[in-house]
Amino acid sequence: MTRIILRRLLMLLFVTAGVTVICFVISRLIPGDPAQLMLGPRATPQAIAELRTRLGLDQPIVTQYLAYVSDLIRGDFGTSIMTRQPVLAELLGYIPATLELMLLAMVLSIAIGVPLGVVTAVRRDTWVDNLGRGLAILGISTPTFWLGLMLMLLFYAQLGWLPGSGRLDIGVSPPPHVTGLYLVDAALAGDSLAWRSAFNHLLLPASTLALASIGTVVRLIRSSMIEVLGEDYIRTARAYGISRGRLLFVYALKNALIPFVTVLGLELAALLFGSVVIESVFAWPGVGNHVLAAILNLDFPVIMGFTVLASVVYVAANLLVDLSYLVLDPRIQAVG
Amino acid sequence: MKPISIAATLPLALRTPLTLAAAAVAAVVCFVALFAPWLTPYAPNAMDLNSVLQPPSWKHWAGTDELGRDLLTRIFHGARPSVSAALGIVGIGTAFGLLIGTLSGLLAGWFDTVVMRLTDVVMALPGMVVALALTAALGPSLFNAVVALGVLAVPAYIRVARGQALALREREYVLAARSMGASTWHLMRAHVLPNVLPPVLVFMTFHLGASILASSALSFIGLGAQPPDAEWGSMIGAGREYVLGHWWYVTIPGVVIILTASSFNLLGDALRDWLDPRLARDKA
Repeated sequence: MTRIILRRLLMLLFVTAGVTVICFVISRLIPGDPAQLMLGPRATPQAIAELRTRLGLDQPIVTQYLAYVSDLIRGDFGTSIMTRQPVLAELLGYIPATLELMLLAMVLSIAIGVPLGVVTAVRRDTWVDNLGRGLAILGISTPTFWLGLMLMLLFYAQLGWLPGSGRLDIGVSPPPHVTGLYLVDAALAGDSLAWRSAFNHLLLPASTLALASIGTVVRLIRSSMIEVLGEDYIRTARAYGISRGRLLFVYALKNALIPFVTVLGLELAALLFGSVVIESVFAWPGVGNHVLAAILNLDFPVIMGFTVLASVVYVAANLLVDLSYLVLDPRIQAVG
Repeated sequence: MKPISIAATLPLALRTPLTLAAAAVAAVVCFVALFAPWLTPYAPNAMDLNSVLQPPSWKHWAGTDELGRDLLTRIFHGARPSVSAALGIVGIGTAFGLLIGTLSGLLAGWFDTVVMRLTDVVMALPGMVVALALTAALGPSLFNAVVALGVLAVPAYIRVARGQALALREREYVLAARSMGASTWHLMRAHVLPNVLPPVLVFMTFHLGASILASSALSFIGLGAQPPDAEWGSMIGAGREYVLGHWWYVTIPGVVIILTASSFNLLGDALRDWLDPRLARDKA
């Protein structure tokens, strides 16, 4: 077991190194001189030359890369051109809003996608199955940004049931900062008004993100449930007279969920990019919206900082997924 | 496998009404992309400030935008960049992935190890986020978005092709050809590539659907197609400011994207069942 974990950690190191190389290469693809970009069009040649030396741009490329990595390790992601603030601190400040959105989206997509996947597997080739699969195909074929606009059009503009932008109603003050997640903070402070307002604001963007991944969840749960339901131990359990509900949701689903954990890890990539798109649709003050502003202003330190951060989080999350297999599936331990 | 006998079963693959409908939609989209200029009486960038933001009518079937441009015309013309972007992304992925993947599986050894570790790194990245950074770095344009998305898709194709080639490597007829002195190039072209193609073809079909979504998403946030060019994603991006009160502006291009992407996804399903009848039987 320790050997597997060690091997995975080694792999993590290798992949993270690869990630930094890729990000470094991308940041060197940016047309024009970074020093010129940072100082703006009216900078004197002398100021540019000074900054080039300070940034180490006159050093050999390998030295530049090593400097880049050592900066990253020290948490120095550079300075935003738009705001002149340190990139990392700024990004971290936006993370709670994005995290809250992603967490609710994940909860929604599991709460809806898993039962739907089970039902379509059990009622295979009936109208329920066809409907479920049709919806799943639609789900993976629908652009998230468009879905967000449609939900906004329907539930905000037409029906007026839910707010269309921001995190709180005007006039509602944010709960005292503990975690930065308004739902948690408001609950801790016992502020039911802020909690309800925060929840209402979360519903549309989180549902949009969730709907985008439900299709994948349904398709995966369906196929792995079908496989598991055909196994001998299920037939044995059925012969023992175990109730249908228990059979499905305890005996079968437990094993069908194993490949699903991997997908959760991979879905994180969709959520990370989805947050950029969805936050801009719903004016959600999170990381994604900040990055979008950076894109429009060609603020490369922010864009690259986000890319490095998102990549490292993603790699680490998938490492956790791999390790969770060891707990979920004893067969892997035995082979290890 | 004999290509002719497989081709003879093509009508079987198109048997279900849903697959037939998907094939029809895909055909219509390609037709529209090819013949866009002759399908409507308007030019895609012709402004008419006397009829801005008009709802759908007999004169403008899909309404007009904030500059009075005919939206149906722009949707038709938008099929060109949207479809060719998807084809470009899939093309880059296939060209490099098929070649490197097949070679990697066939040669095995150190080449295979290096290729696999490199694909591990790229596939460990959140693809769309990196595509976003890469496109921003190359400069916002649809061409650069296609290059970024295409390059990032190569490892997935490598995996598909390599897995298949690795399995074929030990087959008797390949071993026989090798023992008779066939060169690696000949082995690849005559014996391995034709049999690597089917799973790659299935992957390509699904990837077409995903690529339409990916390139339109980059265009939506301003990194892909640039104004005034008509492209489905950037049309929705431009229309979002007017979404309240002018439903048709963003709704119709979105429906077109969904129809196109889902038709490719359905065709991918059908193609997979056709090339791998085992799955189709499982389903029945």
